[in-house]
Amino acid sequence: MLNYLTRFFASRWGIILTGVVIGVIAPLLVKFGNPPNMGICVACFERDIAGALGLHRAAAVQYIRPEIIGLVLGATLAALLFREFKARAGSAPIVRFALGAFAMIGALAFLGCPWRANLRLAGGDLNALIGLIGLAAGIAIGVFFLKRGFTLGRAQKTYPVVGWIMPLLMIGLLLLLPFRPVFGEGGPIFFSETGPGSLAAPVAISLGAGLLIGFLAQRSRFCTMGAVRDVILLRDTHLLSGLGALLVTAFVMNLVLGQFKLGFAGQPIAHSSTLWNFLGMALSGLAFALAGGCPGRQLFLSGEGDGDAAVFVLGMITGAAFAHNFSLVAKPDVIKDGVLTVGGLNPYGMIAVTLGIVVMLVFGFTMCEKSA
Amino acid sequence: MTKTIDARGLSCPQPVMLAAEAVTKGELPIEVLVDTVTARENIFRMAKSKGLQVSVDDLKGKFKLTLAKSA
Repeated sequence: MLNYLTRFFASRWGIILTGVVIGVIAPLLVKFGNPPNMGICVACFERDIAGALGLHRAAAVQYIRPEIIGLVLGATLAALLFREFKARAGSAPIVRFALGAFAMIGALAFLGCPWRANLRLAGGDLNALIGLIGLAAGIAIGVFFLKRGFTLGRAQKTYPVVGWIMPLLMIGLLLLLPFRPVFGEGGPIFFSETGPGSLAAPVAISLGAGLLIGFLAQRSRFCTMGAVRDVILLRDTHLLSGLGALLVTAFVMNLVLGQFKLGFAGQPIAHSSTLWNFLGMALSGLAFALAGGCPGRQLFLSGEGDGDAAVFVLGMITGAAFAHNFSLVAKPDVIKDGVLTVGGLNPYGMIAVTLGIVVMLVFGFTMCEKSA
Repeated sequence: MTKTIDARGLSCPQPVMLAAEAVTKGELPIEVLVDTVTARENIFRMAKSKGLQVSVDDLKGKFKLTLAKSA
């Protein structure tokens, strides 16, 4: 039975099923209370967790998102059930931390990870199309480096406890949710009272959604970055069919639920500053390509014992903290009294994204085992 | 002599890239050692798409894939 399921999930129908399930669930999460066009956004939700822990103090984006916890633990359950849980680590962790941090800075310049980019597009936000083109451009640069022999080096099998750190961290976060402790006067744990951080589906639904997606995605190896990379690198559309299924399903769901609104300006929690939508996602795409997986995939890997992916995730959470503390995050468009104010990055954010791209290029050129 | 590629511990997509590169160079048959099911599946799919014969040996914590021309 397990072997049959393994073969099914490795098949094209397995990856399509995963995409369809995410495409159904994400718009439903919006219906149940999550922020608009943000049914599941790995970057945004990790950023919210950083805020809840007080690593940044942006009051509007602080919440311990159960979806993230579910994505990791769902992958852990799947890996244990199918005997794939394997502790491993030691492949350039500090570089992976930096890749994660800059991937987050890029994502927050665009206002979303590749998952949300697709979900935004499925909701009619055409800025997401610019973001996705940027993402593909970043991944294409990553492929260029991979072809030149870019490698972060080998991971080694290690003690089981190493692989359990991330799942246990998530269980710890989960325990903070019902108890909502306050550490010291005016201290964390913070929960937004207004803004996107205050918009949330009920905990049980969010957690259940995360667990289900985490389980399926661990089995099918769903990856939004790999989807594009494999087409460019290997002419392989396997992962892309999963991403396509997500996009189409979420589009239909948004139409059915009345959540579809086509256009560029004034989209929910989005800005229409084209250049930085493009460059932000290009930075993220390049970072994900060098790290070998999109932010969702890094969560699933961290759930199945990959300590290096766990370091990437912690890099993303730290990057989110820096992004908010240093005002590197894009401001969304605002429509007030019928007047549109286009959002986007301030000069600090622009410098950070540019610096990020430079750092990625330095990694790309200097970490090659062979020259082309 | 059969060429062996040790792709253990490498991040995605390096194992499948190394295998595909060897196939393109015509170095068949080849053996590829991997230690994750993801890498095993990726190489298996790549080989099948190229019409090759693949056999997989489960060697306690790692896998050996043997890629050869179809008979």
